[in-house]
Order: sequence, then C-alpha cells, then structure tokens
Amino acid sequence: MLIRRPSSVRPSDITPESVYLNRRSLLAGALAGGALGAVPIAHAVEEAAPAAALQYQRNARYSVSEPPNSYEQITHYNNFYEFGTDKTDPSRYATALRTRPWSVTIAGEAEKTGTFTLEDILRPHALEERIYRLRCVEAWSMVVPWIGFPLGDLLKRFNPTSRAKFVEFTSLADLKQMPGLRSDVLPWPYVEGLRIDEAMHPLAIMVVGLYGRELPNQDGAPLRTMAPWKYGFKNGKSIVRIRFTSGQPSNTWNTAAPGEYGFYGNVNPEVDHPRWSQATERRIGRGFFASRQKTLLFNGYADEVASLYQGMNLHRYY
Amino acid sequence: MPVPSSLERRYRYLYKPLLFTACLVPLGGCIGGILAGGGVAVPGFDLGADPVRFVLDRLAKTALNLLFITLLVTPLRRLSGNAQLLRLRRMLGLLAFSYALLHFLVYLGPYQSFDWREIGKDIVKRPFITMGFTALLLLVPLAATSTDRMRRRLGRLWQRLHRLIYVVAALAVLHYWKMLKHEYREPLIYAAILALLLGFRLWHARGRPAHATSRSEPPRAPERA
Repeated sequence: MLIRRPSSVRPSDITPESVYLNRRSLLAGALAGGALGAVPIAHAVEEAAPAAALQYQRNARYSVSEPPNSYEQITHYNNFYEFGTDKTDPSRYATALRTRPWSVTIAGEAEKTGTFTLEDILRPHALEERIYRLRCVEAWSMVVPWIGFPLGDLLKRFNPTSRAKFVEFTSLADLKQMPGLRSDVLPWPYVEGLRIDEAMHPLAIMVVGLYGRELPNQDGAPLRTMAPWKYGFKNGKSIVRIRFTSGQPSNTWNTAAPGEYGFYGNVNPEVDHPRWSQATERRIGRGFFASRQKTLLFNGYADEVASLYQGMNLHRYY
Repeated sequence: MPVPSSLERRYRYLYKPLLFTACLVPLGGCIGGILAGGGVAVPGFDLGADPVRFVLDRLAKTALNLLFITLLVTPLRRLSGNAQLLRLRRMLGLLAFSYALLHFLVYLGPYQSFDWREIGKDIVKRPFITMGFTALLLLVPLAATSTDRMRRRLGRLWQRLHRLIYVVAALAVLHYWKMLKHEYREPLIYAAILALLLGFRLWHARGRPAHATSRSEPPRAPERA
C-alpha cells in the first residue's frame, strides 16, 4: 500500500494542504480582519496534519522541462463548476467535499464490473510524477506536476471486452457537498469520455496527487483523469463511475454547447472556438505584462499522439 | 445670475467629488494589484492567478455598472424631483466611457499583446467583440458632445444623439453575455433592467413635444458643472 497515513488520523481531520501551508498568514489575516480567501478560521486551528505525502517516482520521459506553476496558482484558479463558476469558487467551497470513504463503480462492456473502494482501485499502481502542460479551452495554460499512474493500467484490470470502444467517466454530483449544482449552467452530473485507444495511451493518466501530496479537493480529489493533449474540460474530476461503452459518450460540454465543444477536445491552434481564437494562450503566472504564447498542436504532445488521429478531419471532429 | 442654492453647492462640491472618488476605487484596486505584482495576498489587491483576466473583467464590469447607473439618473430625477441629480449624469457617463476605453486598452495590450492581426480578426469575425467595439465607438461622439458648449450648439440634435446610450447599453449587455462560456443569469438581469429603464423613458416621452429638453435640466448659469 503506497499511500501512507498515520492510522490515528481520520481522513476528515486532514487539513487541506493549502490551508496548512498558509496557516500562519491565515491566522494573521483573520486577526487583522483581512478579506482573505474564504477558508474559515476554524480549519486553520484544527489538526495540523497536512495532506498525505505520496510515494512516487519522477517520470522524466513524460515530463516537460518548463517550470511548473506554483501550488498556490494550481489550487486557486480552477474550473470546477460543481462548486461555482468563478475561478476562486472551488478553492473556497470544495472544503465541503468528503473524499473518504470513496468508491468507484466500474460498469459496461467489461468482464469485471462492480463497485470498488478507492483503496482497491489504487492499490496495485505505482505512482509517478509527471509534469504536464494543461491547456484550458478558455485559452490559458499552466504546467502542473501531477502524481498518478497510467490510466490504461487501471482500465485493463477490468478486462474490457471487444465491444468497449469508448470509456465514459462520471464525476460526483452531490447537492449536499456541491453548491454549484443548484445552477443549471451545465447538465449534471459531469460526464466525460475518451476513445478506448486514447484512454489506453501511455500519456493518459489517472491523477491522485499534486506536488508530492494527495490532490486537493478543488483539483478533483480523490482521483481525476488527465489527457494532456486535450483541453482541460476533457478531464473529469472526482470520479465515481467508469463505464466502458460501445457508443461515443455524450460529454457534458458537448451536450451543453455542441457547436463550441466537441467530443475530442484536442488542443489545436488551427481550430478556433467559435467565439475566440485558439492560436495563442496566456500562461498563468507570467504576470500582467507577459505576452501570449503560441498554442501547440496537441498541446505540444503531437509526437506522442498524432498517430491516433491520422486521417481524421480535426476541424470536423473537434 | 442666480445665487447657487445650498443644495446646488452640496452637489457640486461634496457629492460629485465623493462620487468621483468612489468611481475610481475599482481602477485604483487594479493599479494597486498590478503594482503589487499580482498574486500577492494583500487584502483587496489580490488579482489572483490570472491578473490580465481579472483586470479586463473588473474594468468591464465597472464600465457596465456605471453605464447603468447613468441610465438610472433621469428616472431617479423624475421620481424624486431633485434636478441636482443631473449634475452627476455627465460625470457618470464619462466615467463609464473611460472605463470602457481602459477595458479596450487592456484587451489590446496585456490581453492580446498588440497582435493587430488577431485583434482585427476578433473585431471582424467574433460577433460579441464586434458588438463591444461598436458600443465603444458609439460612446465617442457621446463623450465628445458632452460639454455644455456642444449641448448648446446641437440643441435638439443633442437629445436625439444621446439616445444612442440605450443602443450602447444593449450592445454592452450582449457583448458581456456572449463572452461568458455558458452562464446567462447576470446578462439577463442587466437586460431586464435595461428593458425597464427604456420602458420608463418611452412611457414618459409619449405625447411630449420634441423640444422639452430644457425642462429636464436644472436652472444654471453657463459654467462648467
């Protein structure tokens, strides 16, 4: 078992990493009456245990050499509409998310289906750190040091049959924990999907951590996918169901706005969003006066994934 | 020359400067945040992880809100009978224009890095940017004719020209709505308020002679308000 945690500490006692790291400034700010991010002061004085540290190996082959964005940036600028549509809403409200106990249902065209605990899902997999680019469809980007393992290794354990052409990922949609669900901005629950060969590609990972520790709630704890050659919306967070399907899944953004978001969501500077260009992007963290960067085909992973789309019209299948 | 009443003096020397200062707070916050390097956790000056987006949006929202507050002045004057409120209208309108212009400048520079080809494409190809740009363009003649002298020179034409502000407001709301990814509630609220304000104006304008403009102005000597 690679995820180690003192057994006397309950999962619900674990202070989110960002709270722990910022506890002194949080206390000072609360005393000064400052309007800091709305993490209640109570959290800062609870258990001092940080998010569990993970054992992992750095995977240099699949890591970019660009410097990663800071933990603060990665955990305070999120699109996780289940907690609200502002970029700071997830860090503010995702403290309500209970990530233990957690189970994942495996369903569809596979021999081994059923509901598995998170521990059973994660146990056999050695963790790696991969520093990936992340490109949001909104034309901003980050570099993120994810901790996870190949998605294909997980999926193969359930013996998908020959009828399994796609994999569908469903995120948690619990009204009690997720205030954003009251809004009809998107149809809930959040569903995403990959073609089976995309899901089995060595670049596609299941993520459980960030910067050496368990994933913070606002980034999709306790597990989320990451296919770095696609726009960020293609990666479901806080996954509760994985289903092997013969037909293409109806992913949420495609359902909500089919003319703007497709199924594939491959990063492509030549295929514009109807309302904005995808030719360039703004790299988070470079400051107010930094210029935009050119967006790379498949987010710079063309060498690894272009073969998946040979002959496919990327303008039609966006 | 009539002696200015104490109400007039209060509006001119107290309320107007106070309101002006208040309207500068959003801009001050943005400048403070940029100076603080962005992302620094100083209360009120934290522009977050994406300072360009933050400033672009903050300037836009302030312009939109000031535009709507400007539109509120005449109905408020009619309801309250306080003609001094009109002193504030020009200042508010010019501030709205200033914020819209700043929003556009941040779009040109920090947001688009002065990539004129991309900017040209945006203005021509993306309807919501076309609408935003048009709204800004329409504000220019309104700002240029905002002086007392221009108002006197244009006479009746001035009132008709300045009705364009409703077109500007409609374009601005549409620009905002079409910029959002998939939300619609906030733009809908602005649209509803605009419809109410327009309705109010039209209702009052029915059966009125076209040159009734002088009655909506407070009596004042020809100095700068």
